Amino acid sequence: MTPSAHTAVGIVGVTKRYGDYVALRDLSLEISDNEFFTLLGPSGCGKTTLLRVIAGFEEISAGSIFLYGEDIGALPPNKRHVNTVFQQYALFPHMTVLENVLFGLRRLGVAEDNARKQGFEALELVQMSGLQDRLPAQLSGGQQQRVALARALAPRPKVLLLDEPLSALDLKLRQAVRLELKQIQHETGITFVFVTHDQEEALTISDRIAVMNEGVLQQVGESREIYESPSNSFVASFIGETNLLPVRDLRVDGARATCLLPGGVQFSFPAEGGASAGEGLLSIRPERLSLTSPQEGLLNGEVVDHIYLGTDVHVVIAVAGTLSLTARVQNDGAASIPDLGARVGVMLEAGAVRLLRN
Amino acid sequence: MSRRTNFRHFPGFMALGLLCMFLLYAPLIIVMVYSFNDSISVTRFDSVSLRWYRDVFFGLEAGKFRQATFNSLTIAIGAATVSTVIATCASIAMLRAGRFRGKLLSFPLLSLPLMVPEIVTAVATLIFFSAIGFAAGHATILVAHIVFCIPFAYLPIAARMQSIESVYEQAAQDLYASRWDSFRLILLPLLMPGIISGFLLAFIISLDDFIITNFVKGAGVETLPTAIFGAAKQGIKPNIMAISTLLLLTSIVFVSLSYMFGRVESNNKRE
Ligand SMILES: Nc1ncnc2c1ncn2[C@@H]1O[C@H](COP(=O)(O)OP(=O)(O)OP(=O)(O)O)[C@@H](O)[C@H]1O
Ligand SMILES: [Mg+2]
Repeated sequence: MTPSAHTAVGIVGVTKRYGDYVALRDLSLEISDNEFFTLLGPSGCGKTTLLRVIAGFEEISAGSIFLYGEDIGALPPNKRHVNTVFQQYALFPHMTVLENVLFGLRRLGVAEDNARKQGFEALELVQMSGLQDRLPAQLSGGQQQRVALARALAPRPKVLLLDEPLSALDLKLRQAVRLELKQIQHETGITFVFVTHDQEEALTISDRIAVMNEGVLQQVGESREIYESPSNSFVASFIGETNLLPVRDLRVDGARATCLLPGGVQFSFPAEGGASAGEGLLSIRPERLSLTSPQEGLLNGEVVDHIYLGTDVHVVIAVAGTLSLTARVQNDGAASIPDLGARVGVMLEAGAVRLLRN
Repeated sequence: MSRRTNFRHFPGFMALGLLCMFLLYAPLIIVMVYSFNDSISVTRFDSVSLRWYRDVFFGLEAGKFRQATFNSLTIAIGAATVSTVIATCASIAMLRAGRFRGKLLSFPLLSLPLMVPEIVTAVATLIFFSAIGFAAGHATILVAHIVFCIPFAYLPIAARMQSIESVYEQAAQDLYASRWDSFRLILLPLLMPGIISGFLLAFIISLDDFIITNFVKGAGVETLPTAIFGAAKQGIKPNIMAISTLLLLTSIVFVSLSYMFGRVESNNKRE
């Protein structure tokens, strides 16, 4: 089962153990050429471990790793044509910016004029030309991050690994650099493997996302797919916010489905295809719920809380006492937001409900 | 935040502190002052002169002192160099090689010479050398010095090593550096202040050592401390004060330098 030469990184059945602890469990994944690929998951789920496995800093306990069809599992880091942007940047403190950027090229034995040309190109790409003679300690955090990126890009690796490179930057800068990263990936055509635990960052930047939890791959897909068709409850609740409702007696009949919600509430909703029956978990995004007057909704309840988000407000509605639903309502003045204690109806559009089998 | 204890509130603390300082420094100050005495008396101060310094360099015993100084310096340089190299390797092994058998035991073993009474080490070393039939002389002094200098060189190097995160070497290897290159180009330059500090400390410890040297030196070979001791046994002349003052100043300079290099790390590391 060797991945083809068009697969930038092929991970086949990789397991990584630290003693008894399993950090990666039988993980298989194919990252395509020229792709902006993101590893997303909560803290401690094994993202850094996977990146270090690809870079060659961790020996794997089982499985194999391919780089453009070549088995690199046994190669040391310096023999893998892969570069890393470390989370702490790890710029060599005793070398100038230029020396840092030239380090990889010089180790590869690139002739000095060519090395300098490529080095300056890399610095230009990250908009750091002019600062080449500074020491890392004389740069701001954002500038250090750019130099770390230039240093990893300069040797033109086949794959660039980025471990939460933006996490030390403030929100505004992070959003700007995010777009720039995407553009640099596009310009250079280098495959990027990007690690983050920020789901919004992942959704905006990636061609494809792999969601991980506790060392196990949960789902791989495009942003839209991950968000709209989560394959399990972990993905549904980790990416964005969602209402998860355990249901019984589920029956799908053509374009409509009926089921029993907790507390014995009968619920009927527009279903899309995929007949199934029995027990399950419904996922409904708050923004797909809308509020109407009482008795007109598919479900009716009482407003018990408001969570103010700025442009939107999350309205928490208690249905039949036991069940609570969150609806996202646009904040266009007080009129559209029901008061606490008000009785409201909840409406659903077709396709708003996703059934998860667990 | 806990309030720091203010020692000034303890009765008598100030007086006790001053007494300690006095006992520690008064003899040194007396030696330094009397080294500039013009008279031959070591109790009565006449007038200021450099007479005894001239005597150290050009007087009757100058030849003896010059030879002893030469021995001391060559042994100190040799011992400091070798022990620094060993200490550097040891600190890399202790802090980078991951887990290895006997690692837990290695640290106390490395720092043992700091705790064992010097006289015990001296006697043991002497017995050891005669047991293996090693003729006393320069070589025995050198070997003994190398051994007891290792922990002194090790401490500043290991401290520096601890402050260098291994991510730098990983970054180097990620950028196609071999293990040797990442040591040579990254770790060694970052470790250098610690190595210099360790070298200077080992140098001065070797230069100042008396007890062990006196045991293992064998007849005819003198280092500066043993030569001073030998001269002092025949009665204290002011020239001993002059040479002691010189040795003291050298020590102060080297220890200060070692301290400064050891400190560079904390200033350079801003994160
Ligand atoms: N050298 C190690 N020895 C033992 N356990 C380790 C080691 N390195 C990582 N782990 C464990 O493996 C798990 C995954 O760690 P990893 O650093 O990959 O998480 P992560 O997804 O990058 O998290 P974060 O978002 O916090 O960086 C963690 O539970 C961690 O404790
Ligand atoms: Mg991590």
